[in-house]
This record gives sequence, structure tokens and C-alpha cells, in this order.
Amino acid sequence: MGKATFRIWTGQAEQAGFKDYATDVGEGMVVLDAVHQIQAETAPTLACRWNCKAGKCGSCSAEINGKPRLMCMTRLDQLDLSMPVVIEPMKSFPHIKDLVTDVSWNFRVKKSIKKFKPRAPDAPDGTWRMQQADVDRVQEFRKCIECFLCQDVCHVLRDHHKHPEFAGPRHFVYTAALEMHPLDTEDRLGQMKDEGGLGYCNITKCCTKVCPEHITITDNAIIPLKERVVDEYYDPITRLFKMFKPRK
Amino acid sequence: MSDYQTVEHDVLVIGAGGAGLRAAIEAAASKVSVGLVCKSLLGKAHTVMAEGGMAAAMANVDDRDNWKVHFSDTMRGGQYLNNWVMAELHAKEAPDRVRELEAWGALFDRTRDGRILQRNFGGHRYPRLAHVGDRTGLEMIRTLQDHGIHQGIEVYMEQTVTTLLTDGGRVVGAFGYDRERGRFKVFKAKAIVLATGGVGRAFKISSNSWEYTGDGHALAYNAGADLMDMEFVQFHPTGMVWPPSVRGILVTEGVRGEGGRLLNNKGERFMFNDIPDLYKNQTAKDAEEGWRYVTGDKSANRPPELLTRDHVARCINREVKAGRGSPHGGVYLDIAWIKEKIPSAQDHIKKKLPSMYHQFKELAGVDITTTTMEVGPTTHYVMGGVRVDGVTQMSTVPGLFAAGEVAAGLHGANRLGGNSLSDLLVFGKRAGEHAANWARQQGAGRIDEAQVSQAAKQALEPFDRPNGENPYNVQHSLQDMMQDKVGIVRTEADMAAAIEGLGALKKRASGVGIAGNREYNSGWHTCLDLPNLLCVSEAVARCALDRRESRGGHFREDYPEKSKEFANHNTVVRKNADGSMQLRREAIPAMREDLKQVVEENK
Ligand code: SF4
Ligand code: SF4
Ligand code: FES
Repeated sequence: MGKATFRIWTGQAEQAGFKDYATDVGEGMVVLDAVHQIQAETAPTLACRWNCKAGKCGSCSAEINGKPRLMCMTRLDQLDLSMPVVIEPMKSFPHIKDLVTDVSWNFRVKKSIKKFKPRAPDAPDGTWRMQQADVDRVQEFRKCIECFLCQDVCHVLRDHHKHPEFAGPRHFVYTAALEMHPLDTEDRLGQMKDEGGLGYCNITKCCTKVCPEHITITDNAIIPLKERVVDEYYDPITRLFKMFKPRK
Repeated sequence: MSDYQTVEHDVLVIGAGGAGLRAAIEAAASKVSVGLVCKSLLGKAHTVMAEGGMAAAMANVDDRDNWKVHFSDTMRGGQYLNNWVMAELHAKEAPDRVRELEAWGALFDRTRDGRILQRNFGGHRYPRLAHVGDRTGLEMIRTLQDHGIHQGIEVYMEQTVTTLLTDGGRVVGAFGYDRERGRFKVFKAKAIVLATGGVGRAFKISSNSWEYTGDGHALAYNAGADLMDMEFVQFHPTGMVWPPSVRGILVTEGVRGEGGRLLNNKGERFMFNDIPDLYKNQTAKDAEEGWRYVTGDKSANRPPELLTRDHVARCINREVKAGRGSPHGGVYLDIAWIKEKIPSAQDHIKKKLPSMYHQFKELAGVDITTTTMEVGPTTHYVMGGVRVDGVTQMSTVPGLFAAGEVAAGLHGANRLGGNSLSDLLVFGKRAGEHAANWARQQGAGRIDEAQVSQAAKQALEPFDRPNGENPYNVQHSLQDMMQDKVGIVRTEADMAAAIEGLGALKKRASGVGIAGNREYNSGWHTCLDLPNLLCVSEAVARCALDRRESRGGHFREDYPEKSKEFANHNTVVRKNADGSMQLRREAIPAMREDLKQVVEENK
């Protein structure tokens, strides 16, 4: 296939900027292959995260020609190689070096969300029974590989920097998975409404569009959460009802 | 003297895949202070890539299953070189470990009556693998991670340990650096659990992530511990072969568990042509019986595609060498054919094998519901590792424990699919428990400043040689050589050449250099991975050279048969005082009588 040029954001802090690297490209190559090749040939110090090279670990997130994507799942034959391929780090998180950003905020947010709390086992063998139909919808959310591309694209974080008051789509998916878990008994709706800033989301669906696991983040996770919040906190009949009966 | 920060824990766990997380959770449960070090971000470890499932004799699908059958399957698969103490504990405890995951939030696929569904897998007599589609590893690591972050464990992300610190033969800490800033850190600990996974990056074609550079193996070896069974490397029969950039990426055995068949370029289902004696009476006679087996007919035997991995890998290798392979040097794996059997085959495949569907679609442009896949063997797993006590998981160095892939014993000469995830849980828990016990009984050790400065000096050496050789070149040369000379088919001459080659590569590795600073410097990290890769490569080559027979994952073209002479010992290496590698054969203790009987009953 010949040579192609990769315009990669390199360096740290004020010294960071684009640098062009040319390297050979061949059939079936993905962007991560090109980056590895560049590391081996000309830029050994170049920093990027990766683990699996199979779209399963969510480490290699970056912005390729402006689009948030996994480098290991972006094939070169889908890109226009007559122009430099632009590779940048994610924008919603503090930059560390080259393609690596500080994503630790995500881990702190997750830890702040109330953990899984199952009901007592109620099957004769001391476990639980669950039907496939009931786990199906939660399994969709549990496909999440924590690539944080949805966090990267969401304007609430990217443009408005609401990190302290907005959990972001990844953590709405996480919360929805817990809330809809057939065994869970905890209530996280208040938490999502208040600390999670669920109201900031105006359903632009950008997060759903970039999710490499094709999780329908907005329709299946965020909207149901919003509906539950409305039911729980704003619907007068439910509120009256709640005075007599616990939620779950 | 370099600056460093010191942190202190009772138990330090190195590695945060399934085994490390499980160990940390267990240790934390007994109220000791626990630190957990991971080379990547939390939740990214190689465990996420496990697809098929975790083996546990819960008998949810076939009530004939029990720990005895699982034990016998594991021993047969390992060609009886297994540590039978571990194989027994594993078979007995795996079901509880799976149920515990469910109690922590894991959502497995269900049976019709709402229990955990179990699937067929190579070498397992009954459907035994609890699973979530083909992303079981992700479910497992996420469950442990999401549970673990609430247990008071201190997590150190993106930190690499380069040296273990000892005090009079006992382990008292670890020295390492954080990848982000390159700052040094000393972890003081009364007990250390190694859970660093495997060595797959020593080979060119590998399903393993970059982290698999044999760190734990090398750390233990350099601290004086025994490594055992290093000749046994598992080549998974089905990795992707095309396009070149994806070569080696795993194609789950689950494809075959769902009925996938292997074909050569003549369209022949070649696995029927070579069925080992050990498995004759457990294998289907024809395609029809094989299909009945995968669709749950209890009177049927499994199709030959589900024979053990070592055997399937060699059969594929043979087809390719005989010119009956696919255009890119593999064979065909066909799941699309099941449309002859079930009307909604396309949806069925997408539901049962979603990540495989996705992976081939995106990376190879192949729709597996209509087209065959091209597959070939890929380096997948190392059965060998740190020699441990079967009950406590303590190595031969006091205070140093190992669990999961980095430990040896459970799998013997060959691991069955699905026995890895259960291994991580069963022995992760045990290691965590016994490390905590040990820590409670020990006073704080003394950190030897001389060891620390030596480690710091070594770590910085590559910066003294800004014009030294590019570390990636050395790594690639090593991978090429190991693939070529100590790979799936081995001979005396090749391996002798490999050992010589390793000497030359060691020299090159001591001359690698890197420019730039210590902050997130990938080249520097590669420089520091090299000694570990070289250490495990040498262990693999020396042990493989010594074992003049073929057994399990170890295949010698010059000694293609199993030999009695090698049936009753493990190969063990340890570091000599002069730094050279010393090899010895160690007799396997005779199996307990009742277990012998169990094996006999399940022949
Ligand atoms: S739908 Fe909501 S969460 Fe998703 S990107 Fe838009 S604003 Fe953000
Ligand atoms: S929801 Fe999708 S985009 Fe967001 S972190 Fe998970 S996998 Fe990535
Ligand atoms: S390297 Fe794992 S998702 Fe790209």
C-alpha cells in the first residue's frame, strides 16, 4: 500500500504540538499498528496506551481525524491516506504526554457511586434464580470496556468542563446497570440527580454514536434513568405512594 | 542516590487481573492493609480478553458433573504432571468462587430455569463453563474491580515493579517506578503476591497483551524462587491469521463449542483423522454425533474439534505443513454451516459469539455467519511458572506467593480451556488468604538501601546510552527467534541454537539505550521489560531442551512420543549463585490413593 503520513500530537505541556511521521502501511493495518511501527522506527519515546489490540480493553482511545475512536479498531483502509492521518489524545481529560491523558477522574467518579447491594439469596440452594430476559438488558451495559470515548465526546465535559458535578455517560451506563440489575436493592437515583448531574445531559446522543461496543447509551441507559428520576422525585402520585411503600 | 517514595502495606499484590484482584479482596477481608500494583489502568489486565468461560462443576446443565470428573479431566488434560493437590482444590472450590462472583454482581448467561448456564469446552467431559457470551473475562474483571474498589485496597495504577527486595532470604518489599512520571517507589510489605500473568510477548505470534513480559516469573527467579514446568507453553489452536496486523488475536474455543468445524483446503474435516488413544472413547464417531453433543444430547460424545488444545494445534500445524492449509497459512474454521441445522443460525451466532462476530467484521472484513474464518495456532498461555505450595500458594521464597498464570502446578503439561478463569479465582483467593496470615505473623522486614540503590541504578542505565541500540529491535529479534526455534514444534538443534542466540541477545539487551526523559517513555519501559523476557525465554528453552519427549504443550519433532522416563517429574530451574540458570528434575509426589481411584473411575 506504500507510505502514509501520521500527524501525531506529541510532547508535554507547552511544548506539545503536532509532528509528522511517515511509515509504510500494509493490508489490514490499524492505526495502532502504525503508531507501534513509528515507535519502533523513529520515535521510541512516543507514549500511547494499549493492551489487547482487539477492541476489548478500552485502553487505546484517541481522536483520529477528529473522531473519538479506538486506535486498534480503526483500519487504515477506512481512512483517506492521501492526507496525513491526524492522531490526538482525548480532549476531555488533562494531557500527560503524547497520546496519553490522565483519566483518573473516571475512577474516582465510579468509586463514589453506591455499590451493588443484592437482595438475600432466595433460591433453595442459597443462590438466586434470574431469567435470561431480565439479564439481557443489563448485559448490554456490562459490555462497556471503559474506553471513556463517550466521556470524551460529551459536550458537558469536553466544552463545559463540568467534571465536578457531572458523572458523564459512562457512569450513567454503570448506574443504569446497577439500577436494572435483577438482584440489586440500592437506590442511586437521588445520587445521579444531584451529584451525578443527570439533568445536564440534553440527549444529544453523541455518546451513543462513538461507543465502540454499540451500547445504546442514551435510549437504553440515560433516558430510563431520567424517567425514573422524574417518577421518583417529581411525580406527585408516586411521591404520595412512596410514603407508604419502599421503592424496591 | 535516586530519590524514591516509600509506601507500606502488610500485603502487596503485584498484578491486577483476575488473580491479583481476587487475592487483594481476600487479603483485605481479613483486615490487613493491602496494596495492589498494576502495570496498566485498573480493569485493563489481560483477563479482559478471556472469552469462553470459567470451568466449575456446578452441574447446572448436566447433573452427572461433579468435582471428581472435573479433577480427572484436569489431570488427563495436564498429562498427569499436574500438582494434584491444586487440581483437587480447584475442582472442589471453583463452584463457590463462581457463585461468589454472582453475589458481587456478575451476570452470567442463564439456563431456562434461571440458573447459571454452562457450556461445552475442549477436554471437559460435561458442559461446565459458566460464561457471558464470549466476553466472560470482561465480566469477571469488571465484577472484581467494581467490588474491589470498595474494600479499602490501595490501588497503584500504571506502576511497574522491577525488583523484589529481600532480607535474609525473606521477601520484604518491592522496587518499581510509576509509568506516568518515572518516579521510583519502594513498597514495603510483609508478604507479596505475584499475579502478573504470563510470558506470551516472548513470541512473535501471540494472543497476549503487551503486559505479558514474564515480570513475575523473572522477579521470583531473581529473588531465588524455583520456576517449574517452563517447557510447557500453550499454543492456542485458533488465532486469527489474516490480515497480518491481527495475526495471533484469539478466536475463542467457544466457536467450536457452538459447533464450529475445522476444515482444510480440500474441505475435509481433518480432526476426525487423528484422535489420541486417551480420548478415543470420549470422542464422536461422526459429524452427526458431534452435532448432537454440542446441542446438548447427553448420550453423544464431543466432536474432535473439542479435543485438547495442544492436540488441535498440532493437527492444524500438520495440515498447513502438508500443503492443505488456507491461503494465509492457516486452516478454515466454519460456524456458518450450522444454518443447515438451525433456521435462525445467523442470529444464534451473533447472540452466542458477539465479540467474534464483531472482531472478524471489523478487523478482517469477514462475516462469520456466512463465511469461514482463517485460523492458526497462536501463543496463548504458559503452564509453567513459580513453583508454589498447592495449599498456600507460597513459593520457595518465604513471604512470596504466586497465583494465576504466573504460578505453576494446576495445569501440568497442558491447560484445559476454562480452567484459567477458575484458577485465578480459586488460587487468587487462597494466595490472598495465606499472604494475609503470613503477614500477621511477621515483624516488619528491613529494607536494604544497597538493594534499592542497585535497582535504581539498573533502571536508569538505558539513559546513559542515548545512542545505544533501539530496544524494540532487540525485542523483535527475540520474538522472531523464540517463535522460530522454541515454538510449537521443537528440536534439539533448534533449541541449542536458541540458547546460544539468547546469550547474544543478552549482550544486545545490555547495550540498549533511550533518549528523552522518564515521563511516560515507552522506549524506556521496553528497555526494562527486556531482561524479564530474556529470563523467561531462557527458562523455556532450557526446560524444553531437557525434556526429550512430547507431552501436552511441549512437542519435540525428534522425540514425538511420550516417554515413561519423563512421566514422573517436573523440570525446575533456579538461579545459581554465579547468576547462571541451574536445572534439575524433581519427582512428582505419588497421588493420594482416593484420588487415584477417582482418576481410575473416570478413565
Ligand atoms: S446524550 Fe447526554 S451524555 Fe451523551 S453526549 Fe449528549 S449530553 Fe453527553
Ligand atoms: S459506554 Fe461505550 S464509549 Fe462509553 S466507556 Fe463504555 S464502551 Fe466506551
Ligand atoms: S488496545 Fe485494547 S481496545 Fe485497543
